Amino acid sequence: MAHADLAASTEQALGGAPRKQQLIERLTAELPADIVLHADEDLRPFECDGLSAYRQVPMIVVLPSTIAQVQTTMRICHDNDVPVVARGAGTGLSGGALPLDDGVLLSLAKFNRILDIDTDNRRATVQPGVRNLAISEAVSHLGLYYAPDPSSQIACSIGGNVAENSGGVHCLKYGLTTHNIVQIEIVTVEGERLTIGSSALDSPGFDLLALMTGSEGLLGVIVEVTVKLLAKPELARVALVAFDDVRKAGDAVAAIIQAGIVPAGLEMLDNPAIVATEEFVHAGYPKDAAAILLCEVDGTEAEVEEDIERVREVVEREGATEVRISRDDGERALFWAGRKAAFPAMGRISPDYYCMDGTIPRKALAEVLIGIGELSEEYGQRVANVFHAGDGNLHPLILYDANQEGELERTEAFGGAICRLCLEHGGSITGEHGVGVEKIDQMCVQFPSAELTQFHAVKEAFDPKGLLNPGKAVPTLHRCAEFGAMHVHNGELPHPELERL
Amino acid sequence: MSEHADLSRELSERVADAAAREAPLAIRGGGTKAFLGERSEGEALDVTGHRGIVSYEPGELVLTARAGTPLTEIEAALADAGQMLPFEPPHHGANATLGGTIAAGVSGPGRPFFGAARDLVLGTRIVNGRGEDLRFGGEVMKNVAGYDLSRLMAGAHGTLGMLLEISLKVLPAPRARATRVFEHDAATAIEQINAWQRKPWPITAAYWEDGRTYLRLAGAQSSVDSAIRALGGEALTDDGTFWQSVREQTRKFFEGDDPLWRLSVAPATPMMDLEGPTALDWAGAQRWLRSAAPAETVRAAVSSHGGHASIYRGDASPRFHPLPKALMALHRRVKQSVDPAGILNRGRLYPDF
Repeated sequence: MAHADLAASTEQALGGAPRKQQLIERLTAELPADIVLHADEDLRPFECDGLSAYRQVPMIVVLPSTIAQVQTTMRICHDNDVPVVARGAGTGLSGGALPLDDGVLLSLAKFNRILDIDTDNRRATVQPGVRNLAISEAVSHLGLYYAPDPSSQIACSIGGNVAENSGGVHCLKYGLTTHNIVQIEIVTVEGERLTIGSSALDSPGFDLLALMTGSEGLLGVIVEVTVKLLAKPELARVALVAFDDVRKAGDAVAAIIQAGIVPAGLEMLDNPAIVATEEFVHAGYPKDAAAILLCEVDGTEAEVEEDIERVREVVEREGATEVRISRDDGERALFWAGRKAAFPAMGRISPDYYCMDGTIPRKALAEVLIGIGELSEEYGQRVANVFHAGDGNLHPLILYDANQEGELERTEAFGGAICRLCLEHGGSITGEHGVGVEKIDQMCVQFPSAELTQFHAVKEAFDPKGLLNPGKAVPTLHRCAEFGAMHVHNGELPHPELERL
Repeated sequence: MSEHADLSRELSERVADAAAREAPLAIRGGGTKAFLGERSEGEALDVTGHRGIVSYEPGELVLTARAGTPLTEIEAALADAGQMLPFEPPHHGANATLGGTIAAGVSGPGRPFFGAARDLVLGTRIVNGRGEDLRFGGEVMKNVAGYDLSRLMAGAHGTLGMLLEISLKVLPAPRARATRVFEHDAATAIEQINAWQRKPWPITAAYWEDGRTYLRLAGAQSSVDSAIRALGGEALTDDGTFWQSVREQTRKFFEGDDPLWRLSVAPATPMMDLEGPTALDWAGAQRWLRSAAPAETVRAAVSSHGGHASIYRGDASPRFHPLPKALMALHRRVKQSVDPAGILNRGRLYPDF
């Protein structure tokens, strides 16, 4: 059922205009009154997530602290056909937690306890509101850590990480969220509690854990997560490598991989990003370089010494103009400081910036960077590129000024063009930020209608009424037809079942 | 010799035709893993003709091949470039195909350290139960556009789609490798193997059988050497043959007619009080049990530790661990969402779908 129809049925189920009041009554009849927020000033803080260009005040916010309260909320909303948007820390960059004006926003912020640390099995069971970095901090004294480290790891929550299948700097070697969790507890749209996955390395039946990971809150509400913990590497060293040509830097990335090295992190900054970050944090980046690579290797001391020398050999062969290798953890932190400050550095040189998230095969790096440069001229907007080069995951930062008439719209159009460029090179519109509301139109370009229809069918298996985070992640065929930029599959007209006006 | 043939159109049409007639299909690759799972009734649909490596660029760490491609052909292509399939798939026979391997979701000794079949899947091209040719995921390391239906195919035994193509993440083969042997009883082995993993040693496999722990170290030469110095143990010569015998179940432990159970548990789970010999693979997380004990007894013991048990050889029914009622209902709805007529490998995974 489409969301527009639902709004109508919600009116009906709750008897017209006072439906907000009725829902408040039904919720507070079974839940403590102080966890059901409905006054405008209480709702306002939830109007957006990390994608602040989109805002919507929710009808009601529920702040449960027990799984039973989540179940009650879901059951009442389901019985009354009210849509529900789950929210973790609200750091998502694609608007996945954007509220609905006729829906309940379910904040899991109070679920912030680490429930169990199992040293023998190297696992931690945590509530979904626990911050990503808090897990590593809690197990650090055991010599363990949780590997996925999105750049927002100080603030982002693990429930949101699972919902988005978050990545980070170390994915090439250590994988995404989907590779680093073993079990989740979910509450279904009907309010039923289910265990997905198991404490073993696999579970019987379908791999629903893979399906749930990255499903952006459309299939269930995550209320508990069991993550894998790894032994902290003995040592890490990073090479700071400069190039006078973007193409050489791109080639060096592939050459490092081909030399049999799997770096713990392999990041690239182009010249605008280098200049902006250097002026901000003074990490010692060469401002005249066309691009720099940060290549980190980790492991045992012996392994790191061997690998870092191989990295040096490879990049020198690929034409590096300068290679600096961190001598100690202090210097390593300094080399990374620029990369980590890249986003705030953009904030200094531009009133606003828009962070994109495409992925491409590594071999297309140089090609796509040059293409983005051309688009930058065409749209008349500056762009800086910071990205996870080892994974082929680009984060072009488009600089704009939201106060200038039409700039946001032009920026979004520029962003859409970058998405298409990634797709033309065999990539994806999103590597780790998710689709949310931000890239929902680009989904029409990435997927033909048959795939989109299949996604909707899977969604219906979990949520027949379409009440969980409606309008996100997977566009309706109607929306794609209206958007106009559709995937043409095998030369056939897309969506022949739809009328064209 | 590599052969290439693209039968995707014919295969899609076969499925579409079967869907129209609501006629069940039994999808078949090399047949080497037919012994896993339930018998699937239906018209045989042979996919072995749909074969060939579609793309492979070592610098990308990605290989895409058609489902009917022999596993040996893929492994040879990777070896030529100094790379490998990190999940070390068991072949269980000379004719193993990539499609059958992914559909069965089987992984070898390296699984706890490099990931399982599902972890290495980056994308799939499938035919769903309506006969539609669909692509999910892709050939990039990171891709969160749309639900992850490609990893969902791994281990679904063909019940959610007929695989046409699979894109996998591959890795450089380690530059050095050594295996060390330790005299341990089972309890000590479980404790020791897990303790080792709390340090960043370059461990890539750990197996225990009959009083001996076998620990594989791999990576940079210097790193393997320093681990050997620190951990000790006796050297095992010809360890390649040894790990192959673990992966392919050709060791003496696996011979004979006693039922063979696969127990999947958290790695530090203590030894369970079940009759018959046990071997520990996956650093303790995958255990092999030769036991004539009733299926209920085996499953109850494993369930009490949060794990599950499936039968590899023997008559237990159902062959896969039964699911809780609510989860089974969800499975049925997921199955219906991709295969409404229930024609793909009906009954292969669970008796009723």
